[in-house]
Amino acid sequence: MTTLTLGKALNMGLRKAMEDDPKVVLMGEDIGKLGGVFRITDGLQKDFGEDRVVDTPLAEAGILGTAVGLAMRGYRPVCEIQFDGFVFPAYNQIVTQVAKIHARSRGRLPMPIVIRIPFGGGIGAVEHHSESPEAYFAHTAGLKVVAVATPADAYFGIQQAIASPDPIVFLEPKRRYWEKADVDTDATPDPLFRSRVLRAGDDLTLLAYGPMVKTALQAATAAEDEGRSIEVVDLRTLSPLDLDAVYESVRRTGRCVVVHEAPTTLGLGAEIAARVTETCFHSLEAPVLRVGGYDTPYPPSKLEEDYLPDLDRVLDAVDRSMGF
Amino acid sequence: MEPVGAVATRTDRAPSVEGLDAASLLDLHRRMVRIRVFETEAGRLMESGDLPGFLHLYVGQEAVAAGALATLTDADQITSTHRGHGHAVAKGAGFRKMFAELFGRVDGYCHGRGGSMHINDLSIGMLGANGIVGAGLPIAVGAAFAARYRGDGSIAMTFFGDGASNIGAFHEAANMAAVLQLPVVFVCENNGYAEFTAQARHMRLDDVADRAAAYGMPSEVCDGMDAVAVRQACRRAVDRARAGEGPSLVEAKTYRYYDHQGVKGLRKPYRTQEEIDAWKARDAIELLEARAAADGVVDAAEFARVWEETRADAVDAIAFARASPLPDPATLTRDVYTD
Repeated sequence: MTTLTLGKALNMGLRKAMEDDPKVVLMGEDIGKLGGVFRITDGLQKDFGEDRVVDTPLAEAGILGTAVGLAMRGYRPVCEIQFDGFVFPAYNQIVTQVAKIHARSRGRLPMPIVIRIPFGGGIGAVEHHSESPEAYFAHTAGLKVVAVATPADAYFGIQQAIASPDPIVFLEPKRRYWEKADVDTDATPDPLFRSRVLRAGDDLTLLAYGPMVKTALQAATAAEDEGRSIEVVDLRTLSPLDLDAVYESVRRTGRCVVVHEAPTTLGLGAEIAARVTETCFHSLEAPVLRVGGYDTPYPPSKLEEDYLPDLDRVLDAVDRSMGF
Repeated sequence: MEPVGAVATRTDRAPSVEGLDAASLLDLHRRMVRIRVFETEAGRLMESGDLPGFLHLYVGQEAVAAGALATLTDADQITSTHRGHGHAVAKGAGFRKMFAELFGRVDGYCHGRGGSMHINDLSIGMLGANGIVGAGLPIAVGAAFAARYRGDGSIAMTFFGDGASNIGAFHEAANMAAVLQLPVVFVCENNGYAEFTAQARHMRLDDVADRAAAYGMPSEVCDGMDAVAVRQACRRAVDRARAGEGPSLVEAKTYRYYDHQGVKGLRKPYRTQEEIDAWKARDAIELLEARAAADGVVDAAEFARVWEETRADAVDAIAFARASPLPDPATLTRDVYTD
């Protein structure tokens, strides 16, 4: 058992993946000599060389396009997008090429590309540096989307994503990079595309992923003081969604709240609410409620705390659901 | 504003058949004739309503694909454009699977799932045509990166048009290839038009090749109606790539005889008949046949036999494609993911 920050766990997971498979190549802006602005690739260029940890020009479309060509020729590129908002210059390649080539080639050309994106707010970094773009990618058939919340999931998840033959948008909760937890690197990890019940409860099912998992757990603890028993589920995988455990939970609790930082309208919460309603209609005691960012561009840093879902807003949704 | 037409051809080097033997000339000729026959038939089938979807035909530009691809082997990788049939044919793709793909049948290159704009054949290093202008450029840079990892001496070549040279992906790919010194050849097929917009209205340069200097990359301009000239220019670029000297850009000045899409297209006159006729008077296949015959390098009967064999090949392939089944609707949701 080792105590690791989420960022260090990613670094160790990347190192392990590169040791295990010589076809793994890292590409990104300032990831080599500097080790990345969040130091996730720290030391890897020194140990694996400039050809396997590639400092690229500031050119996200070029990075993703180059990754497509590498993947076509049997390599496993891992692209670091420096900040969430910087993925949009690469959006064309991701949506028109990465997502579609496997189907277009009728399975002859897999696209084992991992697109690592530090996402979400909470570090006072304004728009383009604090966004939650997951819905754009989850909407696109051909991509898989996962979000890690803990050092253990970061360590194993990045290795599982790299080993996957499908293209994966790998979302890292940047404000949690420095948070520590014990990681047993010899453990057998859960499958990548599986949600996980983190805390059992009987009164309400609370769903979250990425940076909001910690907030959801805090809310459950606070609610306990008021005598409410909240079940918390870390969704972990956003495409495909793994909701069997959620359905089972909601059939017992009859109440469901979804939390994410991304704007509420047409966010992941909307899709989850639809599916839970379709599947658990007769068990529901209240509508599925969503807690998310407001439908605005990401705010300036001094207003960030008013924009992001926090303990109060999650507990308010719990109250509304319980009082319905 | 009157239509301004394509920018006049300028070449750095005089075209020549010197030093090329009969086999080399016949090779160029066969590649061009195969494109011309394939595209003419495809255009005919589209106009008659037999083919679904869009077709961007390559007729007129044959010398570029033929000359460029005569410099590569099957181990070398290419990416292509929305006007990609010519590159596939000249790289060695078979008529049967190409026509079947155009007809949307299961025996096509993508089992009827890709269509005209997405034909790929990994066995000959054809990584794919592309419906997004400019998208193939960085993909070729990745293939070149892979070639360097593999260390097998192979290279990558990417085709793009004058219009694509305005797209960000061109600039990102060119810079990336140059800064990483990757073995890739950028072949610009300048047919004078970005879809329906003349070059003089979409850029302030006469030569796309001038853009290479911005990335520290050598370039040259050649006559894209002369397969020998294209072959010579591309050979120099390919040799540089294979020698580890990094990327180059070759611009071939050429012309498409048909509309942007289909044969008659939108039937809106954005090019003058005089301009079209002037380019047709320099037809690449006629030019090669006439010059080789005049020099006594190749007998006219040999050229005639190529035409005959190719037409027979097309008749066979079209019959094959028509007889191939349509995809089973039950397969519609398959292959989105590997599992």
